Amino acid sequence: MFEVRIHGRGGQGVVTAAEMLSIAAFEEGRHAQAFPSFGSERTGAPVVAFCRMADKEIRLREPIMMPDALIIQDPTLLFQVDVFSGLKKDGFILINTKSTFAELGLSDFVRDWPAERLCTLAATDLGLKHVGRPMPNVPLLAGFAALSGLIQLESVFKAINAKFSGKVAKGNIAGASEAFEFVRARIENARKEPAHA
Amino acid sequence: MSLQPVKFYQTGTFTVGNRLLAPEERSVQANMERTNSLNSGHRACQGCGEALGARYAIDAAMIASQGQLVAANATGCLEVFSTPYPETSWQIPWIHSLFGNTAAVATGIAAAIKVKKAKGQGGDVRVVAQGGDGGTTDIGFGCLSGMFERNDDVLYICYDNGGYMNTGVQRSSATPPAARTATTMPVGPEPGNAFGQGKFMPALAMAHEIPYVATATVADLRDLEYKVKKAMTFRGARYIQILVPCPLGWGAASQDTIRLSRLAKETGTFPVFEAEYGEITSSSKIRRLLPVEEYLRPQKRFAHLFGKVPAVETIARLQALADRNIRRYQMLDKEAN
Amino acid sequence: MLKQTEGSHAVAEAVALCRPEVICAYPISPQTHIVEGIGEMVKSGELADCEFLNVESEFAAMSVAIGSSAAGARTYTATASQGLLFMVEAVFNASGLGLPIVMTVANRAIGAPINIWNDHSDSLSQRDCGWIQLFAETNQEALDLHIQAFKLAEELSLPVMVCMDGFILTHAYERVDMPTQEQVDAFLPPYEPRQVLDPAEPVSIGAMVGPEAFMEVRYLAHAKQMQALELIPQLSAEFKTMFGRDSGGLTRSYRTEGAETIVVAMGSILGTIKDVVDEMRDAGEKIGVLGITSFRPFPLESVRAALKDVKRVVVLEKSLAVGISGILASDVRKALRKLPIDVFTVIAGLGGRAITKKSLHALFLKLPLETEESLTFLDLDWGVVNRQLERERQTRRSGPAAENMLRDIGTVASKIA
Repeated sequence: MFEVRIHGRGGQGVVTAAEMLSIAAFEEGRHAQAFPSFGSERTGAPVVAFCRMADKEIRLREPIMMPDALIIQDPTLLFQVDVFSGLKKDGFILINTKSTFAELGLSDFVRDWPAERLCTLAATDLGLKHVGRPMPNVPLLAGFAALSGLIQLESVFKAINAKFSGKVAKGNIAGASEAFEFVRARIENARKEPAHA
Repeated sequence: MSLQPVKFYQTGTFTVGNRLLAPEERSVQANMERTNSLNSGHRACQGCGEALGARYAIDAAMIASQGQLVAANATGCLEVFSTPYPETSWQIPWIHSLFGNTAAVATGIAAAIKVKKAKGQGGDVRVVAQGGDGGTTDIGFGCLSGMFERNDDVLYICYDNGGYMNTGVQRSSATPPAARTATTMPVGPEPGNAFGQGKFMPALAMAHEIPYVATATVADLRDLEYKVKKAMTFRGARYIQILVPCPLGWGAASQDTIRLSRLAKETGTFPVFEAEYGEITSSSKIRRLLPVEEYLRPQKRFAHLFGKVPAVETIARLQALADRNIRRYQMLDKEAN
Repeated sequence: MLKQTEGSHAVAEAVALCRPEVICAYPISPQTHIVEGIGEMVKSGELADCEFLNVESEFAAMSVAIGSSAAGARTYTATASQGLLFMVEAVFNASGLGLPIVMTVANRAIGAPINIWNDHSDSLSQRDCGWIQLFAETNQEALDLHIQAFKLAEELSLPVMVCMDGFILTHAYERVDMPTQEQVDAFLPPYEPRQVLDPAEPVSIGAMVGPEAFMEVRYLAHAKQMQALELIPQLSAEFKTMFGRDSGGLTRSYRTEGAETIVVAMGSILGTIKDVVDEMRDAGEKIGVLGITSFRPFPLESVRAALKDVKRVVVLEKSLAVGISGILASDVRKALRKLPIDVFTVIAGLGGRAITKKSLHALFLKLPLETEESLTFLDLDWGVVNRQLERERQTRRSGPAAENMLRDIGTVASKIA
């Protein structure tokens, strides 16, 4: 079982991201379970959503306390919420920011982390560029697909088409493609230069 | 020689002898085809205004709907006296659910009928809901307001006797000022209902801008039949409030039911009018204006106003309210008076 | 057809496949997505010949349902928590009148303090209202139970609540197998009411019944629930034949062979418990699970048969019978009368408190050691409770308890679970 936790703020499509991730996994024949952190949060409040993926039926209903991967949709949460709580050693971390891990003050935290499991992505910019709205969720999802290698980009496209239609779907697919390519290239570089975290 | 025009009401009421009229102009109750929707054998008290009003109203609705009528009934006297298990007086499909939900039950029936009709599984069946003033203005107000604002295809009839008579004469929000009930006595210095409280549901119904609102009394049964039939020509939410004296609750003689109903209008205490889409379209005129005392005196619920020292001020306040009704609902025909 | 979708949407589709004729909708979390989903299908024409009514309260929702069901229409509504309580008078009325309404209860806690999260306090508070109550373990079972519920309700002329855990199921995306319209049509015939408001054959429904017959009428309500005990397994078997899935029934056992301990529970928590039981079985513990699907009628015989050979039973329930112990546990104890079995009541997950594998492991492992303690509150923060009790001992005007305790706990935004 692979467990992903997505942190963001109300209005950033955090829950939708988890749902789309589950759809993408389903499209690849896996079992998946996505659920939100069940809050009555309003726009701007910290929100958490979860996604489990497995090759057999998922019966577990507890929140994801020890994730294999973290997607952080808003870097300001780093100073408000214990987003790294329970993250498994060497787990994947994808953060929506133009900054690097070092610039975010996370150098110490990821010192021993394999570089190819860490990535930052300016996903809000990609959302603005391709969909015209500051929605980082779909680019991050595609970025996660590239980072983790767990999900094919085509499956992300299918999830996009399940949730959106017309121009928005098209824009999201373009945003996803660019994000996927960006992260893939970064990971390749990181594998070549493992010391450069 | 000048001819004196014949005034039908010279007999003392608006009731015209049916034999003088063409069959199509006769009252529903004079029609051999009348349905006796609320049949004899029920357990209403002698002189019950509600039983009289319901019989006339529902028979008129039956004629108007060509017998295709379903009724929902709130808990209350009408429900209790009409269906003493295992007997029922209702000759039409009839359901009683709860005290406060009759309008919603009727909405559900109307929705079901609409679907069945669309599927070709049922005809054009009409729906009436009925309840007393407690079940209408108090506990049923939420559901009634919802039915109004959605403009559901239901005719709601409120039999207004100004209190919870079924439970032993307690105050409702339709109890008139100064009327004494079992629960008005502990509130305020007077034994009667306080002034400045209560609600007049027909005005609230008009505020919902529903297609048709009317009031009527059991003194003028032709007018009541007319209004029910008129209401049935509209689709959407309709509301009729009928003043129905309760001999028990009002402390009145059972033979005075019709007389008190007439006096309620003739003193201006109860305005009788029609409104369409929130605007008044007609009002029944007072034939011979009388002071409110004429209406109050025969009722024991107002007896405390007429003791050794008459409550002159209170009576004057009631007169002022009647005068306001007369102005507001244009109850006086300027040319006739 | 397999699809990955939200639990609420799966239920909405299943309800639509049952061809309901009247839907009454009033918003309350967490059931809103269900009626919204149905509304979309009415709008698109996917669900034809269906009246969708936006009513002004849950009390009106159930009242409209009473009217439309009595007028012969297949009727559905959904609610939760405060909404269920707000409609209680009409809930009892619907079953008293014998109207086969189907209602989803997206189980949620009841305030005060206000809480939107899952537990079973709402529908369990209605255990004596005369409705059948079926609990879904997964979203697949939730959608299957709705299809079975219409058939069950209409065969018995009794209303049915399908209970599914609010948020945990209603808001979870998971894989479901959605049946086809043809399959559902073959399983569920059109509604033929026993009683209907029909001008061609006028009847009076809801007449006053006095002492001379009231007992007998009420007994019939009980007799019908006893009939449901027979019918529920039959429908489940019939469903399996036609749809190829085990769904519904009265109870379901999991790894109970040779078990010394059986954990009894209802709803989605069964999944987490099964994972824990698998791990404990692997470690050699003789432990199994009994899921209760039919809470009303309560399957006393089925429960007794499933539990009679064990040493101890743990009833883990998301409800609290304040002043005594657990609601489900009382029923289970009744099923085990005169058997030498220890029954432990574990109150867990109230108001959405996460029930974790870790806590369950710890609980199940220490159980045999604490035979004298029959009531446990899982993961209760005794520090917070004791601080408040002490505050009340010290100060007369100790203030609102819930707010005091929240202050003691501090901000929760920094916590994950």
